[in-house]
Amino acid sequence: MQEIVVKQEQNLQGATVDVTRSIDARGMPCPGPLMSLIGVIRESQVGDVIEVLSSDEGSRSDIPAWVQKARHELIEVVPEDGYARFVIRKAR
Amino acid sequence: MPARVVVLGGGVGGTLAANLLDKELGHDVHVTVVDPTGMHDYQPGYLYVALGEAKGHWLTREERTLLRGGVELAIERAIRIHPDAGTVQLERGGELSYDYLIIATGARLVPEAIPGLSEGSFEFYSLAGAERLSQELARFPGGRIKIGVAGIPYKCPPAPVEFAFLVEEFLRKRGIRDRSEVELLSPLNRAFTIESASTLIAPIMEERGIGLTTFFNVEAVDPSAGVVESLEGEKQEYDLLVLVPPHKGQQVVIDSGLGDPGGWLPTDKHSLNVDGQERIFALGDATNLPISKSGSTAHFEAPVIASRIASLIRGTAPKENYGGRVMCFLETGNGKATSLRFDYEHPPVPPQPNRAWHVAKWLFNRLYWETVPQGRIPEGAPFSKPKDPSH
Repeated sequence: MQEIVVKQEQNLQGATVDVTRSIDARGMPCPGPLMSLIGVIRESQVGDVIEVLSSDEGSRSDIPAWVQKARHELIEVVPEDGYARFVIRKAR
Repeated sequence: MPARVVVLGGGVGGTLAANLLDKELGHDVHVTVVDPTGMHDYQPGYLYVALGEAKGHWLTREERTLLRGGVELAIERAIRIHPDAGTVQLERGGELSYDYLIIATGARLVPEAIPGLSEGSFEFYSLAGAERLSQELARFPGGRIKIGVAGIPYKCPPAPVEFAFLVEEFLRKRGIRDRSEVELLSPLNRAFTIESASTLIAPIMEERGIGLTTFFNVEAVDPSAGVVESLEGEKQEYDLLVLVPPHKGQQVVIDSGLGDPGGWLPTDKHSLNVDGQERIFALGDATNLPISKSGSTAHFEAPVIASRIASLIRGTAPKENYGGRVMCFLETGNGKATSLRFDYEHPPVPPQPNRAWHVAKWLFNRLYWETVPQGRIPEGAPFSKPKDPSH
């Protein structure tokens, strides 16, 4: 898992959000990307924005479902070439 | 002068790799296994100890008795690896030099990472924990049993599900099933990490009346209230809580600056070299590979590492690669089990649970000591080395 700390992200509404931590989980099989996200959420502060890059198909349902259950905020899901980018804000 | 190979850890992977290298290279190699206890534990047996079906003494042997005569055993704790110098520093002041190093140090349990976990829950991931749980189950009058996982990754992914099935059967046999509940608290949105296995076991869980709460990542345990709380903000009341404790890589890996934040070794998935370290290999639970942490994984990785090191010592190009092969059993209770066989490219297609796989698991448990550490698994057995490394 590679992480890049702090970068700017353009969301679908055109607003810019600061990404606090980025998780490159491309190539990681299920449930690796979700588990990486859960691990980073544990260590993060309320308000932090976390980006997950995942090429695993299962992430497209798993990550939004978990974010909803855990009552965080899914800012956006962006399909990219061969992977998807999930941007999540820790809400509590 | 023989090449020097140091193996850190005398578990299944370290022992097998050491024996295979000694067997293959004879006087051309000097292998030293460094292990802090000198005892070899058969960890899959803890599940049966917890349920009162096995005694602890069956699960431990002296490591010396499992190693070939040519392999040296140092009962020592390694405290630092110095890759540039090619040395391993030992706790009692000694130092070992190596030409090749195999890190097979496994995982350790860190129950202290979750508040209240040690006081409020039971586990079967250590012999002492399994014996304590066995005593508790023997006097359990009935009530709510909650089974969960307090951190990922953890060893033997099927174990919590197996425990749920076996404890449900245990309650029936004790005649207290009707006043008990069994519920699995899964960190995922299904019962088990592997989707095909989850699909297979979900209806069996339903049929046995085993409840399932999904997306329950344990955050804290309140022993006085009998409540376990999740990261997702849910609370569950329990009378008996059985949790897989969080795992971490070994301190020597962290202190040597070789591990990731969890203490796992970044490892090449095919060559099993530690990233950036041509002379250092890692196997089993110690790696960061995205596959099961299990004895089976170490069992299939050890021959790859032994073969690659043997090639390097002989001055030829290493050919053998690890394809991600894992094979394990999953007990579903009532004397039945299924099997999970997979690799990096092929997810498992588990058969319907049957008596044969249960017997196979039982046989494997009995035969382990005489077969696996020495590399004596017959070709063609379900847990033998595949002929075609692609599967």
